[in-house]
Formats: sequence, structure tokens, C-alpha cells
Amino acid sequence: MLPGIPLFPEQASTLAPEVDNLYFFITAVTAFFALLVVVLVVVFAIKYRDKTGEKVGHPIHGSLPLEIGWSIIPFLVAMVIFVWATVVFFHIVRAPDQALEVYSTGKQWMWRFQHIDGQSEINELHVPVGRPVKITFTSEDVLHSLYFPAFRVKADAIPGRYSSLWFTATKTGEYHLFCAEYCGTAHSGMVGKVVVMEPDDYQAWLSGGGGLSLAARGEQLFQQLGCVGCHLGDGSGRGPSLAGKYGTEETLATGATVAIDDIYIRESILTPQMKLTAGYGPLMPTFQGLVTEEGVMSLIEYIKSLSSTAGPAAPTQASAPAPPPAASDNTGGPGE
Amino acid sequence: MTTTVLPRVNYLNVKHTVASWLLTKDHKRIGIMYLIVVSLAFLIGGIFAALIRVELTTPLGDLVSDDTYNKLFTMHGVAMVFFVLIPAVPAILGNFALPLMIGAKDVAFPKINLLSWYIFVIGFLFTIAAGILGGVDTGWTFYTPYSSVYSNSNVLLTGIGIFIAGFSSILTGLNFMVTIHRMRAPGMTWFRLPLFIWALYATSLVQILGTPVIAITVLMLAVERALGFGFFDPRLGGDPVLFQHLFWFYSHPAVYIMILPPMGAISEVIACFSRKSIFGYSFVAFSSLAIAVFGFLVWAHHLFVSGISPYSAMVFSFLSFAVAIPSAIKTFNWTATMYRGAIWWQAPMMWVFGFMGLFLIGGLTGLFLAALGLDVHLHDTYFVVAHFHYIMVGGAIMGYFAGLHYWWPKMTGKMYSNSAATLAALLVFVGFNLTFFPQFIVGYLGMPRRYHAYADEFQVLNVLSSAGASIMGVGYTLIACYLLYSFFKGKDAGPNPWRAVGLEWETQSPPIPENFTEQPIVTAAPYGYETRESNVG
Repeated sequence: MLPGIPLFPEQASTLAPEVDNLYFFITAVTAFFALLVVVLVVVFAIKYRDKTGEKVGHPIHGSLPLEIGWSIIPFLVAMVIFVWATVVFFHIVRAPDQALEVYSTGKQWMWRFQHIDGQSEINELHVPVGRPVKITFTSEDVLHSLYFPAFRVKADAIPGRYSSLWFTATKTGEYHLFCAEYCGTAHSGMVGKVVVMEPDDYQAWLSGGGGLSLAARGEQLFQQLGCVGCHLGDGSGRGPSLAGKYGTEETLATGATVAIDDIYIRESILTPQMKLTAGYGPLMPTFQGLVTEEGVMSLIEYIKSLSSTAGPAAPTQASAPAPPPAASDNTGGPGE
Repeated sequence: MTTTVLPRVNYLNVKHTVASWLLTKDHKRIGIMYLIVVSLAFLIGGIFAALIRVELTTPLGDLVSDDTYNKLFTMHGVAMVFFVLIPAVPAILGNFALPLMIGAKDVAFPKINLLSWYIFVIGFLFTIAAGILGGVDTGWTFYTPYSSVYSNSNVLLTGIGIFIAGFSSILTGLNFMVTIHRMRAPGMTWFRLPLFIWALYATSLVQILGTPVIAITVLMLAVERALGFGFFDPRLGGDPVLFQHLFWFYSHPAVYIMILPPMGAISEVIACFSRKSIFGYSFVAFSSLAIAVFGFLVWAHHLFVSGISPYSAMVFSFLSFAVAIPSAIKTFNWTATMYRGAIWWQAPMMWVFGFMGLFLIGGLTGLFLAALGLDVHLHDTYFVVAHFHYIMVGGAIMGYFAGLHYWWPKMTGKMYSNSAATLAALLVFVGFNLTFFPQFIVGYLGMPRRYHAYADEFQVLNVLSSAGASIMGVGYTLIACYLLYSFFKGKDAGPNPWRAVGLEWETQSPPIPENFTEQPIVTAAPYGYETRESNVG
């Protein structure tokens, strides 16, 4: 073997050993079957070789027990892999409740990460070691895919939808971050690194950037876009109050109920007529094109924050005139 | 051509004018005409592959620009998938051999057969035009909204080419299916059909049922791109993931269009050169049908990380494991066929050995990707690239060459050099493994596919890949050389150089235009090698 050929990626998350154990198991099983067939083919080819081409083989036409055996046994082995892999998969797709949340958007050809506390970064993501991190993300243009090989997780970034993935990093250091879904010219340049830090270092890094928290930026936007004019905190406005709503259910004008989560809030901002709240008219204009994906994320974070504090700030400012939406083209926060 | 030395009139020398070829209704001539066009597409796709491998010898994108690289892998995929893999075995070998093998004069609709070829060529010309006018850069998968909104390349022209070529595939499938139902010689019952015919039948089913879906999908893509219909663009209320469902609803079954006919060819060759009946004939025959049917139910395993629900992912994962079983059954039956055979090491059998090794690895690595928890990591990495090349090249192309070497003496009446062909099989086998095995490793390391430039630590494995590709290139060039040489200068093969059993070997080589001088009558099961001679080995 040549020196320096890497054969195995770094294991840097709690999920990585789970995925790798599955990988080793499937490798062992498939290697067994591959070797079995290869050895038989080679042995038969040599043992029964006839250089003249004159002889004929023995009249053997089949065997039902063998057919049943080599149908059932591979099937059972496949089912073991299926069950095991599905268990691992559900660990991968189900984020723990207490995860540290980070928002991200992919666009041709960069990843932007937005921390709740206000830090934002491009093609770099700083996270603490030993703590679950959940990234909620979307795309502003074409499909992308957020991929952390050292953590064994990836998910596509899809315009118009939120995706999420989570990991708990187990080792400090720097690891690759790739776009895995082909996205055009500089697809292979849409890469970066994830920096896993000790919790203290992470806190220091987090406070180093300053700036407003994501929720505070959402609040600013809430006023700039004029949301505050209708969504009064006491419910007396033309739109429903948003205080205490996140995580609950809403009854729609159609009578259906819908969970108020990130996706519903995003839909309500961009296509407000689609799922009207019961008791309110179709008055809200769409904010499509007026607010960036990152702006939407900050608004979601702000609405979330209204659920954790008793008295949101929004209604007290209801009298203040809001600037018209058209004037607020800088809605994506700093760095846009 | 030196066909004048042949003793009798045959389908090649019956007329010499260009018009006699371009207006022929003879399935054998149409097979040869497909061979020429498909070989050209294989050459073009191969040149793209060579440029990709040269680019990837260094981590920096330094040979071609990123846009050019993206066009190279897109056009490599389009040329190879739609104009080589899908037509190779059915349209070349199937067209040539199917009527001969069932004792028919021609296919059921000879004019439609010629029409299929013209449609195929027109589709190919559109795609070539798209390439010459600047190329296309969406990847052969055409994922939206990149392809429908953002790409500045010739998506429409390429889409039209694929759309048109699809009708060729549908018509060929229809023609074969009717031929198999209606044109079998007296006594050729369903269970006396050679397994190649069963494989072509199963393939025809997929071609007829699946290909219209890609036509509709490409049309929807074209309408969105040209007229701004919002099928897939989320800004217009569309859903980009819908495209993936539609695309793979055809394109996964299309994998079986590519692999089933070579599997059928493998069954013929392995029986002939083991001098034995196929082990478990009905299991091999029905596994082809099972693959064709189950193949329609696994498409969303391409979407495990594309935002489908985890529960539907679970169902598709289960079905994907299930579809592996018929392939396993085939492999075990082929192996058992060799047991106590009298194995004659001739060139076609060398390609079968290569096929067995490579298809085995290709099929088994499919289990890694069907496994949900593992696919999250492996999806869109080089592991996937390696896996489908093991199936498509290691399986389909090796099987195609096994069949081509087997029927070549029948097609041309000439014999090629056995040692040159054995050397070529060895070169392709070794070169292929050196090219694609390292890609499993670099894929597990996390190298995403379709990367023009990559991280330094992946370089050694990529250099190995490129080295292997050059060996493979030498192997393919060698095939072209000795086959062309044999066509012009080769020794006469005689009607049955392999002493094979089967109706196609009972007529002269090359066959007369009507195939048989008198209507053959079938009285026995296929592969009656054991009963033909008493010299049991």
C-alpha cells in the first residue's frame, strides 16, 4: 500500500460511530457473499475447465431447496440490515429537544449561518463540543445539500421549505462542510469548515461578535415591515395576536387546525392567503420578495421569543407608524 | 468490404447501396445501424469521461473551467445513459438476435423498427447539437429549479433530444413484445424461450410503461423553462421535489432497462460455455419479471435526504432491499450453472467472468445505499458514483460485450482473435476496478460527486482512479481494433463456431435476409447441451 492513503473519515459526532458500525456490519456481510460467489466461480472455472470445447456438462437443471435457500437467507440478512439501518436513521432525523439552534441559508455558492445570539458567519460554523446542535435551513435559489462528513449527516436545502439536521460533536477541531447537491458553476466551491470548540471558547467566540440577537433583529423587522400595525399583542388588531402562539395549534378559517411551527410561520408570511386564521379576513399582503429567507428566520425567532416572555413589546409600539414595506430592502440583517 | 468471398447471399452482401441500408427493414441490418450510432455515442461519452478523469488528477480545478467541467460530466451522463446503456443490448443485440432466436423472419413491425432507428438518430442529433452549441450543465438528472430556472445552458435542446429518443425506446419495446407474443416458431413455447428473450420481454414492459413518464417530465420541465409554468419552481407555487419523484419514477426502472438485457445475454453465454442447461431456468426467467415489476416501486430511494417523510423513506428502503433478492437469485443460479459443467474458456466467457465479479460488487454496494442510516452519509458522494458504475459499466457494459463477442461471428460471419479479446476483457476488468474501487473509499471519506475541485486528502485515490481509467481506455480501444480487423480480414466463423445450441446457430453466418431457409420447428427446451453429445465431462 502507498503511504498516506486515507481509508476512513474522522469520527467527530455521537452519530458517527452508530453509522460506522452499520457500515462495518454491511461490509462484512457483503464481503462474505462476494467472496463466496467469487471463490465458487473461480473454483468451478478451473476445476471444470475443458480446453477442447468438445465435452458437455452434467445434466443438472435446478434444485428447489437451493432456490428457496438462496432466496430466503439473503432476504433475512437484508431485513437485519434494514431494521438496524432504520433505527440509526430515526436517530439521525430526530433531533433532541434541548438542541442549540442555528439557522442557515444556502445560496449559489455559499452557506450562511445565523446564530440565535446574533453572530452570523459565511462558510464557517462554530459550535460547542458535547452539545446537540440543530441547524434549520433553506435555500434561496436552487437545491443545495448541507453535508458534514465527520458527523455523518446531510440534508438537502430546498427552496420553499425548511430542512433540518442535528449532531453532537464529540471532538474539538475543524472539519469539512460541503454542498453535496449539485448547484451550478461553483458547486465545488460551496465548501467550508465547521469549528468545534470547547464550551468556554465557544461562549467567548459568541460574545465576540456583538450585534443584535436574532430575535431582536426579527423585532426590528416586525416593525419595519409594518407587521406590528395589525398583529397587536392583545388580539384587537386586524390580524391575530402572535404572543404565546408558537408551538400551539391554530384553527383555520376552513375549520382545520395547523401546528404553529417554523414552516407555518414562513408560509403565513410569504403566502398569507393559503391558511387563514379563523375569524380574520384575507387582508394580509404577501411579503414574497420583500423579505429575505434570513429575514423570515429572524421573524420566526422573534415570534418564538413572544412565547417565552409574558408581555411582548410589540403592542406597546402599535401606535408608532411603520415604514412602508417597499422602503425596507435591507431586511436580511447585516452583511447582505 | 470483402463479403464477396462468402459462399452465399447473406443480409450484409445482398445489396450494397447506401439506400439499401437506410431503407432496410431487415432487423439484422437495423441492429448493425444501431451498433454504429451507439458506438459513436460510446466514443463521445468516453472522451468526456477521459477529460473528467484528467481534470481530477489534481485537487485544483486547473485543466478546464468549472462551467466546462460541469458540462463534461453532464454530457458524459446524457450520452452514456440515453444513447449507450438504454439502447445497447436491446437495440443492437436484441434487434439482431431476437427474431433469429425465436425462429422468426423478422420482428412483428419491420417498418416501425426502422422508424425507431430514425427517431433515435434524430434524438441523438438534437443532443449533439445541444453539445456543439455550448453544452448543458445540469447533470444528467436535470434537477429543478436549477434546470428550469437557473441554468444558462442548452437544457431545452437536450431535453428535446431525450424526449425524442424516448419514443424510439417505446416503439422498440412494443415491437419486441408483440414479436415475442406472435412470431415464435412452432413448438417454441414460453418455457422453451431462451432466457435472453425473457429478459428482453421484461425490459419491453419497463420501456413501454416507464418511458412515457420521462417524456411527460421533460415536457413539464420544458414548459416551465420556456413559458414559466410553476410545476417545480417554488416561487411560482411549484415543488422541486416533485420533479425528483417524476424523474426517478422512470429513471430507476431505466436502470433495469439497462441491466436486464445484459443479464439475459449472460445467461446465454454462461450456458453455452459451460455446456450445460441454465440452473433454475424458471427462477432466472421469473426473476427478470420480478425485477421489472418491483423496479417500479423503489424510485424514492434516490430521495432519502431530499425532504421526504421518514416513514415513506422506510417503505422505500424496505422495497429496495426486496428488489435485491431477484438479482441475488440470478447470480446464484449462474454460479450453479457452472457446477459440473465443461467450461470452455473462450472470449465471451471471459467477459462473463468479468461481469460476475463487477456486478456482484455493484449489487452488494446497493445494500449500503438502501440502508437508510448509512445512505444519509453516502448520498451524493463518490460512493454512489462507484456503485452505479459497477452496475452500469461493470454489469451492463461487460454483459453487452459478452453478448457482442458471443454473437459477433453470427453478425459478421467472421471470427476475431480470441487472445486479443481475452486480453481486452482482462484490461477492462483490471482498469475498471482500479478506477472505481477507490471511489467507494473516497465516497465514504465524504467526497461529494460532481466536484470540479476537491480537498487535498482525496488526491491519491483520485489519481488511482484516473490511472485505472486509462487502462480501461486501452482495453476499449483494443476491442474496436480487433473487431474492425476481424470484420474486414477475419477468418470465416462458420455457422456455429461455439457449437452453441439455439435457433440462431442453425442458420448460416451471416444469416440470409430471410433468416432461415425453412421454418424451424422447436421440439425441446433451450440449452440442450447435455443431450446433444454423449461426451459428458
